[in-house]
Formats: sequence, C-alpha cells, structure tokens
Amino acid sequence: MDIDKKILVGMLDNMLRIRAFEQKAKELFAGGKIPGFVHLYAGEEAVASGVCANLNDKDFITSTHRGHGHLIAKGGQLNEMMAELFGKSGGYCKGKGGSMHIASVDLGILGANGIVGAGQPIATGAAFATKYLNTDAIAVCFFGDGASNRGTFHESLNLASAWKLPVVFVCENNLYGISNRQTDAMNIVDISDRAKSYGIPGVTVDGNDVLAVYEAAKEAVARARKGDGPSLIECKTWRHHGHFEGDSSVYKKKDEQTSWMSKDPIPRYEKKLLELGVLNATELAALRDKVDADLASAIDFADRSPYPNVSEVLTDVLA
Amino acid sequence: MSTLTYVEALREGMVLEMRRDPKIFLAGEDVGLFGGCFGQTQGMYEEFGPKRVIDTPISETAILGLATGAACAGLRPIVELMFIDFVGVAMDELFNQAAKMRYMFGGKAKVPFVARMPAGAGFSAAAQHSQSLEAWLAHIPGIKVVMPYSPADAKGLMISAIRDDNPVVYIETKTIYGIKGEVPDGEYLTPIGKAAVVKPGSDVTLISWGAMVGTCLSAAEELAKAGKQAEVVDLRTITPFDADTVLESVKKTGRAVIVHEAVRTCGFGAEVAATIVEKGFDSLNAPVIRVTAPDTPVPFTPPLEKEYIPSVEKVVKAAQGLF
Repeated sequence: MDIDKKILVGMLDNMLRIRAFEQKAKELFAGGKIPGFVHLYAGEEAVASGVCANLNDKDFITSTHRGHGHLIAKGGQLNEMMAELFGKSGGYCKGKGGSMHIASVDLGILGANGIVGAGQPIATGAAFATKYLNTDAIAVCFFGDGASNRGTFHESLNLASAWKLPVVFVCENNLYGISNRQTDAMNIVDISDRAKSYGIPGVTVDGNDVLAVYEAAKEAVARARKGDGPSLIECKTWRHHGHFEGDSSVYKKKDEQTSWMSKDPIPRYEKKLLELGVLNATELAALRDKVDADLASAIDFADRSPYPNVSEVLTDVLA
Repeated sequence: MSTLTYVEALREGMVLEMRRDPKIFLAGEDVGLFGGCFGQTQGMYEEFGPKRVIDTPISETAILGLATGAACAGLRPIVELMFIDFVGVAMDELFNQAAKMRYMFGGKAKVPFVARMPAGAGFSAAAQHSQSLEAWLAHIPGIKVVMPYSPADAKGLMISAIRDDNPVVYIETKTIYGIKGEVPDGEYLTPIGKAAVVKPGSDVTLISWGAMVGTCLSAAEELAKAGKQAEVVDLRTITPFDADTVLESVKKTGRAVIVHEAVRTCGFGAEVAATIVEKGFDSLNAPVIRVTAPDTPVPFTPPLEKEYIPSVEKVVKAAQGLF
C-alpha cells in the first residue's frame, strides 16, 4: 500500500471521531440537551474521511443536513461543533445555526445545509472563484441520492462541466431519501451513470471502504486541481440510524439492515490496518481512548458555554 | 455631469467598478457579446473579455448559486436574471442560502454580490415577463433590495450595491431604460437605505419607487394646476426601508398616497402605509391611500395592460380625494 501512514491513521481517527460524536449526539438528543433536528452520519464515515483526506484548508466543501461527518473530516473542532448542537454561544455559529447549519468559512466549510441539493450550486460557485483567482484550491460537494434528483444537480453539473470548474461531486447513496427507496425514485441503479450526460468521469465505489473512497477521490481531486474539470463519485453506503433521530425506520427491511451493519466501515478498516501492521492493538486502543477523551471535553465545553444573549437575535443579519 | 439614459448609467456603474476591482465579474444569460436582452451590458464583453463577462447556460438556479458560492470564496459577483420573473426558479439560492448564511453562520460569512433583475410592465410582455416582485424580495431578511428611478441613482445605487458586503437585488425597471437625466461623472454613490424627496410640496406626499416615480412626478404637475402642491418621495431602496424620510414628509403634508406597479395585496405599499399609521398617525389629516396594480396577472393586450398599470389620472384622482 503506497498511502502514507499518517493519512491511513488520520482517516481512521476521523471515522472514530465521527462515530463517537454521533453516538453522543444521539444520547444527548434523547436526553433533551440538543434541541431541533439531528441527522446522524453513523455508518457513512468512510465517505467524508476518505474524501477529505485529499483536501487541505484552502479547499472548500459544501455539506448536507447530515453534515457532522463532513465537518469533522474537514477539520471541524469537536468543541465548537458540540456547542453549536447545544445552541450555545461557543458554537461555530454562536448557536444561531445548529446541527443543520454548522459552518466554518475559515476552514473552507460553506455550511451544512437544511435544503436538499442546495450545496451543489454553491460548491460550483466556490470552484469558479478558485479558478478565477488562479489558486489550486478546489471544491467538494457532498450530497445524497435524493439530492441527485433535484434540478440543482443538473444545473450545477452542467455548468461545472461546461466551464471545467474544479469541483468534485460526491454522492453519498445511502439508498433512501428519508423513507423513499432509491428504486422508487429513479430508474437507474448507479447514480454515477448520470456523469455521462455531462461528459465527465463518473465512478461508483463501495462507500463503506474508506480506501476505495480515498483512491477515487484522489483521482478526482487531482483532475480538478489540474484544471481538467469536475467528476462525480457515487459512494454506496448506509445510515445506521433513521433519517433523523426519532425516525422509526419502518421502511427499512430487516435483512437489509443486518446485511449492511455487517459491512460497517469502521471494524472493516480497523481490521485492515491491524492486518497490514499500520497499527497494533495497543495503538488502536490509545486512538480510541483519545477520541473518547476529546468527546468528553467537547461535551463539557458545550455544557459550560453560555447561551447567547437574547440581544443576539438581532445581530448578523447584514454585514 | 453627463446626460445619460438610465441603462447607460447603470452600465457605467458596473464598468467603473469592474475597472477598479478585478474581483468583480458579470455573469448571466446573453450578457456577453450579445450585450444583454435590453443592451444593458453592451461593450462590456469587449472591454473585460470572456473571463469577466460570462454567458451562462439557461440555469437561474446555478446563476444565483454561482454568485453565492463565489462571493463566499472571495469574489464580488454581479449576476443578471434576464427578467425578475425568472427568480421563481432560483428562489432557494437567494432566500434560503445567500440571505441566511451570515445569520446562520453566526456572522462569520460575507456574501457580497449584486443580482440584477429587470422588472415591470408596459411592453405587452404578458404575465411572465412583466412583474414587479420587489415586495417578495423585501420580505427576506438578509438581503437588500434597491429599485432606482433616476439615471443618476441607477449609477449611484449600482456602485453602492457592488461595494456592499451583502447580497443586493438591484431591480431595473424596463420601461425607464431610455429616460435621460444628468448623471455625475466618475465615482458617484447613492447611499443604500436613503429615500429622496424628488419634488418638494406641502399638501400631499406621493410615495413611490422605480418607474412609478415618473408617474407621480407627472401627477404632481397635474395637481399643481389644480392648486395642490404634492411632494414626491422616491424610496430608491426598498429594504432597508427609509421610514424617516417618508414620515418627515407626511408630517409636513398630512396626506399620503403610495403608488406602485406591483399588485396590491401585500405589496410594499402595505408596509409603507402601516409604518405611516404606526409612527405618523398624528400627522394624518386623511386616510393613507394606495394606487397599485390590481390583484391579477399582468395582461398582454395593450388596452388591458394600460388599465393594469397605475396611471397619472388614477394618482391625481386618489390625491384629490384626500382633500
């Protein structure tokens, strides 16, 4: 394997952080600490981690309502993220955005987004700016299978391909748009087939195999940086939980859930790294302990952070 | 000072700013070599080239998304929707994305772009190419909406809009593209959020914006013949709304007629009227009156369209009814 050890371990670290964050978010939501909606990324960690391992701070991403994973993988800090979920002033958005709108423009994170498919034209615009300014930064747009049915998908991929913009469209196909099965919503199996109509590369990868995601993203990112234009990567994956917390998942078939849970990306990847000797069991345990400790301090940070002053309701409307 | 048409003046605003700041680009449908559907961008492709004056596909969603994303990433886009009526297909990018980013992100995003949108009836362009949708847009916190009437303000508000750090919708009224006026040369800014008293008077205030300011000025001439001195206030900016200038005028005249080409129900006139009643009730000697288009789509055939658009006669009659 010719991937740097730091990258290999870094991807696992991100996956563990995301999983732990989501597990805690689930518990805290159930316990009434987190208001509003929470959409958990658990099960899809390989996608954000594998893609973002190819990015740097200058690159942009747009995320989705299921955005915690993208943010962590792009360098978002657990403290500010957890505080935002709590609606506290120490959060990335001072508590004004919440889970669905966490952003850190400084880290190139142009926001989680409550509107399905809305990140596609924004990522395209950010990619236009990097090209216009002659930087080698690129943009990555994360979106789901449902979002690939929106008009934004067509307009964005068409514009990005016509103008050869440095953007990578990453479709996280978890097979359901809330309760709507992909097979009921479109007449194709592989969403990557849609790339053909824009004259750009489209690949489908196992989205629960972080190395497969990493390799596909590496190629697409390199192509974008070289100025050869956009690509579409479809990552087939599975969300372990409901669409949002509180969703009964009545629409998921039992055997489907069982089969996908056996393909959980984290144990798979841990096993691989242990087999390859990249990590030993002690190092893995240490990594997990560190993640748990960081999570505990993030929750503590969020707990201690005050709510914003009520006068904040009127600020930040206009620059 | 030069005599320019409205369209020349708004173009001059764009051109001067693009010469000043290389981070400004212009994108839209047919804005390049073609020069815009109404000639608004003529000569700009020749001067700034294809990198900065860019024809887009017919993709309004992508156009407003382009502006939003590029603004977040450090540019200062000017984008054009060929007609304001097309904003419906791209509304999410404007009202859920660009307008809300700064607030949702806790003040840490800046989304500086200008979205130009030609509006208004008078060409028999019928119901999908003639609307005045300023009230729709004014209902969105997080963006500014300007709607100049005079050529000087067409230039001055364009420059101010480009320099503003927020999304600004710049509504150009098509029927007045050809009107001429004195326009200051060089750098000239009309402040956003500041109305203007374009004709002083003591008996009644006519409040309007866009092309209807011209209708109000003609009505004021007619009223003068009948011995009533009308003061005409041009809002120039819809939001943020300059209530102070309106209230000050009404305090002086005691009477207010609001005139707009948009349909009546929930038009911006309702907001102006409510503000006058809330904050200037004691000044009033008569009810606040609105002269607007009816609550119908814009008709095609010339006689019906003429009936649809508020006329000088209707404004005069409404004002006279207050005495």
